Parts: sequence; C-alpha cells; structure tokens
Amino acid sequence: MENTSKRYWKGVEELRNDATFIKNANSEFANPDETSLDSDSLLGGSNTQRRDFLKAMGFGMAAVTLAACETPVHKAIPYLNKPEFTIPSISDYYASTYVNNGDFASILVETREGRPIKIEGNPLSTISKGGTTAQVQASLLSLYDIDKLKGPQRGNASIGWDVADREIINALNTVAARGGAVRIVTSTIISPTTKAVVADFIAKYPTAQHVMYDANSAFGMMQANQTSFGKAAIPSYAFDKAETIVSIGADFLGTWVAPIAYMRAYAEGRKIGAVGGGKKSMSRHYQFETGLSMTGANADYRSPIKPSQEGVLAVALYNKVAQKLGGTTLGSVTIDVPHLDKAATDLARTRGRSLVVAGSNDPDVQVVINALNSMLGSYGSTIDLNIPVYTRQGNDLQMNGFINDAKAGRVGAVLFFGANPVYDHPRGAELAEVLAKMPLSLSFSDRADETASLCKYITPVPHFLESWGDAEPQAGQLTLIQPAISYIFKTRQFESSLLTWAGKPSDYQVYLKNHWSTTYYPQSTGFDSFDSFWVKCLYDGLFVPQNGQTVAGATTFAGNAAQAATGIAQRFKPGTGMEMSLYEKVSIGTGSMANNPWLQEMPDPVTKACWDNYAALSQKTANYIGVTQNDLVTVKANGKSIELPVMIQPGQADNTVSVAIGYGREKAGKAAAGVGKNVYPFAGILNGYVLFTAGSVTVEKAGGNHEVAQTQTHDTVMGRRAVVQEGRLVDYVKNPTAGRYFPKVVTPEGPVDPANITLWHGYGKPNHSWGMVIDLNSCIGCNACVVGCQAENNVQVVGREEVLMRREMHWIRIDRYYSSDAEAEDFSGLEIASANPEVVFQPMLCQHCSNAPCETVCPVLATTHSTEGLNQMTYNRCIGTRYCANNCPYKVRRFNWFKYFDNDNFDYHFNNDLGKMVINPDVTVRSRGVIEKCSFCVQRIQEGKLTAKKERRRPLPDEIQSACAQACPTNAIIFGDMNNPESTISKVLETEMTERAFHVLEEINVRPQISYLTKIRNKDEMPKQEARQESQV
Amino acid sequence: MSRLSTVYGVVALSLALLFSSSQTIAQDSTAAAGSPATAAVPAAGGGDAEKGKAIFANNCAQCHAVTDEVVVGPGLKGVKERAPGGDWLHKWIRNSSSLIASGDAYANQVYNKFGKVQMSSFPNLSDGDIDGILAYIDEASAPKVAAVVATGDQGTAAVAQGGAVASGPSELFTFVLVGLLVVMLLVLGVLLVIVTILSKAVTPVGVAGDGTQSAAPFSQRLKEGLSSTFNNSTLRSVVIWLFLLVATKESIDGLFSIGIQQGYAPKQPIAYSHKLHAGQYKIDCNYCHIGVNKGKSATIPAANICMNCHGVIKKESPEIQKIYAAIEQNRPIEWIRVHNLPDLAYFNHAQHVNVGNVQCTTCHGEIEKMEVVEQRSSLTMGWCIDCHRKTEVNTKDNAYYDKLVALHRKESKEPLKVANIGGLECSKCHY
Repeated sequence: MENTSKRYWKGVEELRNDATFIKNANSEFANPDETSLDSDSLLGGSNTQRRDFLKAMGFGMAAVTLAACETPVHKAIPYLNKPEFTIPSISDYYASTYVNNGDFASILVETREGRPIKIEGNPLSTISKGGTTAQVQASLLSLYDIDKLKGPQRGNASIGWDVADREIINALNTVAARGGAVRIVTSTIISPTTKAVVADFIAKYPTAQHVMYDANSAFGMMQANQTSFGKAAIPSYAFDKAETIVSIGADFLGTWVAPIAYMRAYAEGRKIGAVGGGKKSMSRHYQFETGLSMTGANADYRSPIKPSQEGVLAVALYNKVAQKLGGTTLGSVTIDVPHLDKAATDLARTRGRSLVVAGSNDPDVQVVINALNSMLGSYGSTIDLNIPVYTRQGNDLQMNGFINDAKAGRVGAVLFFGANPVYDHPRGAELAEVLAKMPLSLSFSDRADETASLCKYITPVPHFLESWGDAEPQAGQLTLIQPAISYIFKTRQFESSLLTWAGKPSDYQVYLKNHWSTTYYPQSTGFDSFDSFWVKCLYDGLFVPQNGQTVAGATTFAGNAAQAATGIAQRFKPGTGMEMSLYEKVSIGTGSMANNPWLQEMPDPVTKACWDNYAALSQKTANYIGVTQNDLVTVKANGKSIELPVMIQPGQADNTVSVAIGYGREKAGKAAAGVGKNVYPFAGILNGYVLFTAGSVTVEKAGGNHEVAQTQTHDTVMGRRAVVQEGRLVDYVKNPTAGRYFPKVVTPEGPVDPANITLWHGYGKPNHSWGMVIDLNSCIGCNACVVGCQAENNVQVVGREEVLMRREMHWIRIDRYYSSDAEAEDFSGLEIASANPEVVFQPMLCQHCSNAPCETVCPVLATTHSTEGLNQMTYNRCIGTRYCANNCPYKVRRFNWFKYFDNDNFDYHFNNDLGKMVINPDVTVRSRGVIEKCSFCVQRIQEGKLTAKKERRRPLPDEIQSACAQACPTNAIIFGDMNNPESTISKVLETEMTERAFHVLEEINVRPQISYLTKIRNKDEMPKQEARQESQV
Repeated sequence: MSRLSTVYGVVALSLALLFSSSQTIAQDSTAAAGSPATAAVPAAGGGDAEKGKAIFANNCAQCHAVTDEVVVGPGLKGVKERAPGGDWLHKWIRNSSSLIASGDAYANQVYNKFGKVQMSSFPNLSDGDIDGILAYIDEASAPKVAAVVATGDQGTAAVAQGGAVASGPSELFTFVLVGLLVVMLLVLGVLLVIVTILSKAVTPVGVAGDGTQSAAPFSQRLKEGLSSTFNNSTLRSVVIWLFLLVATKESIDGLFSIGIQQGYAPKQPIAYSHKLHAGQYKIDCNYCHIGVNKGKSATIPAANICMNCHGVIKKESPEIQKIYAAIEQNRPIEWIRVHNLPDLAYFNHAQHVNVGNVQCTTCHGEIEKMEVVEQRSSLTMGWCIDCHRKTEVNTKDNAYYDKLVALHRKESKEPLKVANIGGLECSKCHY
C-alpha cells in the first residue's frame, strides 16, 4: 500500500528497529514471567504436577460451589433525613474552583449521594472556558487519599484540636511577647479573602510576615515588569490574537504561569476550516528551548538551544527585529540558532499582532523580552498589563531572606501553608537543619510531608473539595470554592485556624460571606439583597464585577534594556560544556500531587514515560558519554550528585541534560514513594532568583540500568503507515485536502475506493449515530482527556512494573509520532532528522468501527454492535480469549490481568474503602480476566437519552458529551450524534468530510465512527524531499 | 413382563417431561396475559392540562387525589371553587407555610383540618405550571367522554388480567390431576411387578412330569422371582436411564437457579407492611419511593418521609418507635435489600416507570398484598429479555420516539416493541 509522504516513528527504538521493539511489536501481550507479581506457584511455571493441577481444580470446584450456595445479604440504607433536592442515583453539580498552590481552574463538581465523583470545567468561566487539565481532573483522587493525616498532630502524636489550639496560641504569644519574628510561608495565594485572614492574623501578631514563594518561580518576570513598567505583576496574554508567537523556553501550554488560560486561546489561533469558523489562516509558533516540551512539540519551527543561550538569544532576536523596524540595537552578540532570522522577520512583519514570551526567571532576560514586545507593539494588543494575572506571586528574594533569617536564628515561629520548601526549594536542606531549633514550627499540610514531618505541629487542612474559599486568578475575575463533601477527616481550614489563633470567630464560611458582602456585593448590580447575590455567585461559581476591568492605560517601556543586555552578555560564557535544565512535567507538576496515582501513571506527553524522572539526553550526547536508553548516569553539579536513568530524547539540545522536578518525594505517601529522584537542589540561585538551570555539569556513566516505563511503542500499528495525515498551510489554502491520503485497492476492474469493497452488510443506525471528530490541529497533547476518561470510567492504575509489561489500562491514549521529511530508506537523512523531529499528537481510542474486526472474532459474542453505532463490550460475557485485542487494528483494547481494585500489590487508592469512593457508580468495575475498552461513555449516552425521554423530547444537539470531549481544554474532541443535523459534529463533517476529515487506516475499510482532521503546520518552506525531487526533475 | 415395565417407564418419563415443560408454558402464558395490562392508557385533553398532568403525577399525586377522596391532604375535586379567589392557590402551592404564617384564615383552617401536616413547597412551579395542574384537576375530576374511553381501555386490560387470574386455578387443577395420574400409574406399575413376583412364588412354576411338585420352598421361589426381575437387563437399563435423565435434569435446573432469589423474603428491621400502607390505605407508591419516576433507584424512603404521617399517627407503636430511635440516635435504618441485581447489570426505574409506563406490579408482583416484601420475579436476564421482546414501546406523546415510530411503520405492520429499538443490545444494560 502506498505510503504518505512522510515517515513517522513513535520512538528512537522504532526508528532503529531494536530487537526488543520488534519482539514487542510482534506479540501484543507480554507473557507473565516468573518474577511477575502474582505468578501462581501452583499452576504457573513449567514444573506443574498433574496432582497439583487436580488439587487446584478440586479445590476450585468446591470453592465455587460453596460460594454459589451462599446468598449474600445486601443492605439498603436510605437517608435518615434526605436533603430536599437530592435524589439518590441522580448527580448534583456544584460550581467550585480548583486551586493548587497557584494553579487555578473554574470547575463543576459532580457529586453522587454526597461524594464527588468527577470534576468538569465550568463553561461560564472566561478564563478556563470549561476546559480542564490532567491535574485538575486528577485532583479528585487526592480527596480520597488514605495517606492523609486524620487530625492534628504534635510530632508523631495525634492530639485534639482544643489541645493543639491551646498549645499553639501559647507558643505564638510567647514568641510575640519576646518580639520574635513569625513567618507565614505559603505558595501563591490567589484568594483575596485568605489574604484578608492573613492580614487579620498579622494584626494580632504584628511581628508576623507573609512570605510567598513558588516552586517554579515567575518572580523574575514580575521584577522585570516592575523595572520596565512600574508594575510588579504578570500581564495577561492573548495567544489567540497573536499571529506570530515566539517562546524562548516557556512551556506556556504545559506548565508556565497559567496554562489553562493559554491552551484554549492558543488553540483558537490554530483552528482552521469548519472548526475555526471557516478561517484559513493560523498563528505561526516558534519555540527555542532545551528539552522537547509539550509546547515545543506543537511549534511550527522549533530550535534546540542550551539553557545559557536563552538570554543572548533574546538579545539577538531583539537586535534582529530592531534592525528590521529601525530601532537601536543592544550591544552585539552573535548566536547561530536555526530559524532565528525567520522568527525576527515574521515578528516584524506581524508587528502589533505578535507575542514573545520567555520562561527564564532571570529579570534581565525578561527586561529584554519586555523591550522587544514593546517595540513590536504587543502591549495593548496581545499583552495586557492592566489585567494582571495572579497565579504566580511568589517572591524569591523574600523566601531567600526567610531562609537566611531562619539560619541566623532570627525566626521565632514559622507556619507553612501549601508549601513544602524542604522538598521543593533549592535551599531546602539548609532549612531542614534549622527547623527543629525554632521555638514554633507548624505545617498546615494534609500529610506529614518532607517539611511537615520536621515541624512541631501539623494542623492538617482539608482538600479543596471540602473547603470554603474564593480565588482571584486575574484582575476582575472572582470565583468561589464551596464544599462538595463534608469533612472526611478531622481537618480544619487554614483560615479557620488562623482566625482561631488570632482570637476571632473561626467560622470561615461566615467570614467569607461577610468579606464578599462588604467588598464585592457593592460592585454588583441587579440584586435586591446580598443573599440573592451570594446564591447566584455560588450557583455560577464566579463573579465578574462590572468595573472589574481595571482602567486601561498605555503601557510604555521605561526599563533599561541595554543594561539588561550587558548583564546577560557578561554572564554568557560560550562553551561546549554540559548544561542542565530543570523542567516541570505536565503530569506531576511541582510534585505537590505526587501521591496521585492517576498523575503518576499518565504518560508524559512527549517522552510517554510514567512513574519516573530521568536524564533526557540527545542521541549525540549519549553516544559521546557512551550510554544508551535506561543506562544509569551520574549527574553532578554544584557539588551535588544524583543517579538517573537515561532517556534518549529527540529534539534535546546537544550537550544538555534535562531532568523533571516533582519526583523523589519521600514522604508524600505510598504511591509516590520511591518514584524518581528529587532535583530541586540542583536549581541555581542567581542574585536571589531561583534559576532552573545549572552550568558546568558532568554526566558520567554510572553502571547498571533502570528501565523507564514508557508507553510510546506499546500498541504499535504493525507497519501500517497512513495513520497520521498532515499538510502545510500554504498548500491547504490552495487545496483543503492538502496532506490527505486517498487509498485505493487494486481490483480486476481497476483501482477502487476501499469503501466500495466489503463483505458486510453494515448496520442501520435509525436512531442515533454517535461519532467523534478529533482536530489534530487543536490537540496539544495535554492528556486531560486521558485522566478525564480514567475518572469517568473507573479505569484502573496498574503501576510501573505492569506498564513495563505493556499492560496499562487507559482507554484513550495520546499517540505521539515523530516525523521527518527524509525518505524511509534514507537512513542518514532520518538520523539527522531525528535530532530535532516534528511531532504530531493523535488521541487514539476505540474507533467504534461499523465493520469491526473485533466483533467477528469473539467466540462468545461478548463484543457486539449496537444500532447507535457503538461497538459494545459486555464484560460479564467475556472469557478473556483476547482474540478481539489481537484483531484490533488500532490496538485500543485492554486486558485486565489482575483484579486491580482488590489486590494489595496494586496499592493505588482503589483497594481501600476510602479510595473506592471515587468510583463512578454507573460504570462496572471490571474484574480480572476480561477485556475492556472505550465505550463512548455509553453511560452518559444512556443518561442523556433518558433525560430527553423523561421530558418527552429528542436530545438537544451536543447535549450528550463524552468525558474526553468535556475534559478537553482546546475543544479538539467533538462528540455528538451524526444523525442530528443541528449537532456540531454534523456541521463540521458537512464541509470537512470532503476536505480535512480522514479515518485512520481507511484502506482496511472498517468504517470508524471517529474522523480526524488533518494536522496543518504553518510552514512555508518546501520539505526537503519535495525539493529534492524537484531538483531531480 | 419386561415389555410391560418398558411401557411403564416410557409413560412415566413422558409424563415427567410433560409436567416440567407444562410449567414453562404456564409461565409464558401468564407473562403474555400480563402484558396487555401494561399497555398505555390514552390520556385525555391537551395543552395546559396535559402538562399539568405530568406535574401532578410527579409532585402532587403522593398526597392528593383528583377526586374528593382524602389521601394525606384533601381531595382536590372542586378546589378552584372552594379556595379563596385571586392567586391564593398559587401562593399556597408555592409556599404554604409562609401563607399560614401570614395568618391567612383559610390557610390555617386547611392546615388544622388535615392534622397540621406541612405541605411541601414548590417554589419552582411557574404560574403556567400551576394553572396546568388546576386545569388537569378540573378535567380529571369532571366526567368526560375521553375518560370513558380510558376506562374502556382499562376495562379490556382488566378482562385480560381477569383471564389470567381465572386460568390460575384451572392450571393448578390440571397439575394436580396430572400429578395424581402419574403417581397412580407408578403405584400401579410397582404393584403389578410385586403381584407378578408374588404369584410366581406362590404358584409353583414347573409341575414335574410325575405330578410331584418341585420341592423349592416359597422363600426360594420368591428369591428367584426377585432376582430374575432385577437381572432383567431391559428393566435395569430403563431404571438406570430414568435415573440418569432425572438426575441430569435436576442438576441442570439446580445450576440455573444459582443466584436466583425468587421468593426471597427476608425479615426486615422494622415490620413494615405494604399490605397495610399500599393495600388498605392505598398510598401511592410514588409517595414513599420518590425516585421511581426520576432516577435509577426507586429509593427506600428516608425517615423524614415516614415522619410526614407518623409524626402524628400511631406514634406509640413499638415498630414506629424504632424510626424515632433511629432519628434520635442519628443512625439510618439498615433495611435488607430484597431485589439484588448483579453489579454488571444496569437497571433504571425512571426508564421503565416514567418513560415506559410499566406498572410497579409487573415486576414486583402484588406488593399491596404482601405483609413482608418478597421477590416475585426471577430477575434473570432471560426474564428481562422476554419482556423486552413482548412489550410495546410507550411512544404516545413522547417526541423522542416520533421518528422511530414513523420509520418502523414503513417497515412493519407489527407494533413497535422494545426489541425493535435496540432493547436487546448488550450496552443497554451492561456497561
């Protein structure tokens, strides 16, 4: 069969055709080896005795017979006093806010009989616009984490709240009486009311001071804005309005400042055709970065740079743009980075519609970026400093000062809230030494983490789903947090504790209401009483004051870019030494949710690795060091040393090593224990600013190896290539089918469309035809759908060992393909290309084929077809032959090797009663020995249809949504009824069916219900291959 | 002799098979006879009253009848005429307690007359909704032509049910007759065998040529006779075959009944009687099982629903004291679940009762006659599927089905059954 123009590969091992890769590709199911978790000594292994077999059979028969005889007594326990509007088995939704350190999302919490079972985005929010991220989806599971503390503690001893309050107030008074300093150390607090409580506390204890810091700091940017514009704030960015986006090391789609707001806007700018309102233009995105980040993977042009080059690159870019626009240049630095000239040309061309961002925490770099944006006229168009974003407020200098004070014995009492500096601050070890010496040290952590376990007291706070609160993620946007469940453990909110210790009424709900009534109610219009205002705000989950948008004023650059450039030039030492770059992962983040098995098992968007961090090296660097994938290396920098497994990462800058923060949590709980290594201590501190880079690093082979669990080459599609289809914008504008591949099957009558040859009669779909369209241009690979699906469908976590055996259970996966323009046979060309390949993300789930290959091979009819276009899977009929998985061309069927939810070897929150509360009661928890797969969220389809029937009507267009489509922050997944002409999916397919829409593996004519829209890159140069072909002609 | 026993065996075997198969036939016929009773009752009128009917059924019918019969609250026949004018009724329905608190004379009179039982508030009902309810009450309480049609239809249903009921005793009679016949035949057979053996033993078999009788004693001859009978290979094989067949059938039946709890009637923590509440007092099922029209679970009522009445009625009864104790101790009552579907099967009450208009008794049996609730239906998948095959879809006045009905009419003259719209597909119940 004809190939598409490009060669795609899922990982370096596939490109190289490693022996293991071929072996795995040829056998879909790993054989359980002798050392596997549960190899039954009685029946497993080759030396089974016939008598043993008979014994086991006999026992089994007897056990089954006995078990069947017993009639278990089930209890039905109704409410004692049923809340008026709650009906058991019908979900209630509460608007609330996800807040984790500085991260924010406006959410709806689905509860069933008083327990939250799912988090959805709140569509009313103008920031997150109904989108969620993987972390937001997964935060639900942290609510049911049994490793949390059950109540306040003094050291390791449990105490009552009354005892804790008495002792802490005494201690605070003693410190205050001596005039000793009290420090409240927190991560970013975006709640105005919490800040008011802190102020009240400080009023009672005047020696108290509030110190905020962020594990992944943006303080350099705030400081730069202070010097450039006189406002120490982070502006809001309009990625949708930018035609040219240049990012220097900022992973703005994944982890930088407020990704949830940027994802949607960025995707808006990238949508074309029917999903983009018919527009045929899109933004162009340049990324200059060290490791291949998720944002870099989405860029049109990406160039690897070393971390030390970030500053000079910013200056060089400034100079090049200045030359084009006739401005003054800043000193002379020469740096040769691919695509730099092109980026400068595009920026200058789209002046006023361009945007430059940088991830560096060095204020000098940010000043240059400010100057560049100012020169490009971005302020007022794509950047608004008058609407500051509050999701990162940490002050590195204050935190540094606090640690200095603490070391000098100048701190009398310290209270940590949402902060774990012993773990996540580069100077954590120094702090750990002095904590014990302080008269009062206290942590509000929900578990005895690295910092809390060193404190005298732990007064645990509840999860945000149990709490009251509010948040102001950016100016003029207020959201409320309301509890969706009553307290699980004897915890107390941070604010209530502070109020108690400040001698004020401790009911934070009352305090919150009062604060809103005096502060925000006067800003509202159209309410006759505060109560109706309050109820409306709680219902919506948010409030946007009429005068919320701060008065717009021109933002004129008043900083000294030349001085900043000089500083950068002075520090820049061009060299060939190894450099290290620390980065935050989309899944684990800064490590605060490390004990969340859903996040641990979520594959990294780019490396597809889970349950580990690793030293990412380019192939060339790895060859130079003499190591290969999974070899252990010793990374040394700043006098610190660590052993990590190697990850060969295409797109990694040569002579650099990238390592993720957020791992190596020792005291987070069972799921996080022993996962990865902590690299925070490697972060450098420059003039008090935390920098996630380190120069003069050595990387040496350590001997031994540690296999990283990667899902990238699992489920290979066996050499079938026409899986991804992509084109370039220049071609798309001329011909909307650019990049499409139309397979033909040769018959005696000549080549025909595969759809015209079939053995089957097909199924009628008279009522509904559920289908999906996935826009590859909007999909940024964030994995929110993966975790959303996991939460909705009770998908089990299997752990690192099992993932290594290719037994992960995710119903939807994001396939990440690398590609290059080189011919498949051109090995040297491929090798060059693999150094910095293009990347495509493709969500892959059950395609619900109308001619489903799985259905015809099931010997027991456990998988059948419905008249609504669904490929149904009946667990209780499945006998586990796995023929269906074997015959599935998309490799989306999963086999339950174990009874994960009742097996002590899988301690991932599901084998205890608390963790089981997260289970969706509408979805069967699959037992051992059956196949499972995406059901198109049939439980939601059934529920939606029933709602319509109860109201004697047809379902509204788009009323029924699958969990993945609902979770998607960029609307890349469109789910709906293709029989309803009013639904979005029908409207999109109406035009795209003949343009961008394609079925994966169309040539085998399985007629999937899922269509993909081609990936279009905004690249204008000719790919090498075609150029070469033309030169040959 | 041997031929005779073969005949007995065949007769007995065929009778046994007939007996067991007639059981299944009987089950089928009751189910078939029951189904017309579930057929939709055509509703009268349209417009506001139509909407009002639905609202009434979901919100009011638990406590109020449209006739002048008192359920919990007053019967609503003529309520428009007897209530004070203006929007008094609207106020009362939205929030009766505030009206009572405001000192309204008629409101207080009604409140006191009906045992000071607080009526639920319905702040969400619009004026149109309430007018709809009132229109429906007018319509339903006044005798109308449409109502006659409805009664007529119910009449046929009743006849059909009556037929099923009437056939009950006659079937039982047949069973008893057939059973007796079989037993008698078996006894006859055994007796015949015994008689033959005995007669052989008593009467000397062979008389010697010389006229002297062979000297074998009676016991000897009896022994011979018995052994010759037991050694008869045909008889032996018939007995063995019979035993094997019966044993196989029994074990297959036994295996099929594993996990089926038909007839399960556990003792409940409180001796609540449906016979009293639903049978004698005719309290609507909806009143306590509030979820039946709305959600998956019909729900066992919360103690506060019991307290709506038992706050004043029969407070001193030891069984009712248990509810008081539960409330005081803040410990919910732990009822024993009678109907246990396996986790892998999804069943939704609203789909069947609200949308499908299936009567409670169709699955739960004559609950109004049960002192202790018992599982009447087998709740097996075969039982579900059987009903889905036979039951017509309640498509009336439900726009969801309009297109499906039109499509079905084009293809078939048969009524639209649940099975025709995917009611047998796996993912309708298993997911």
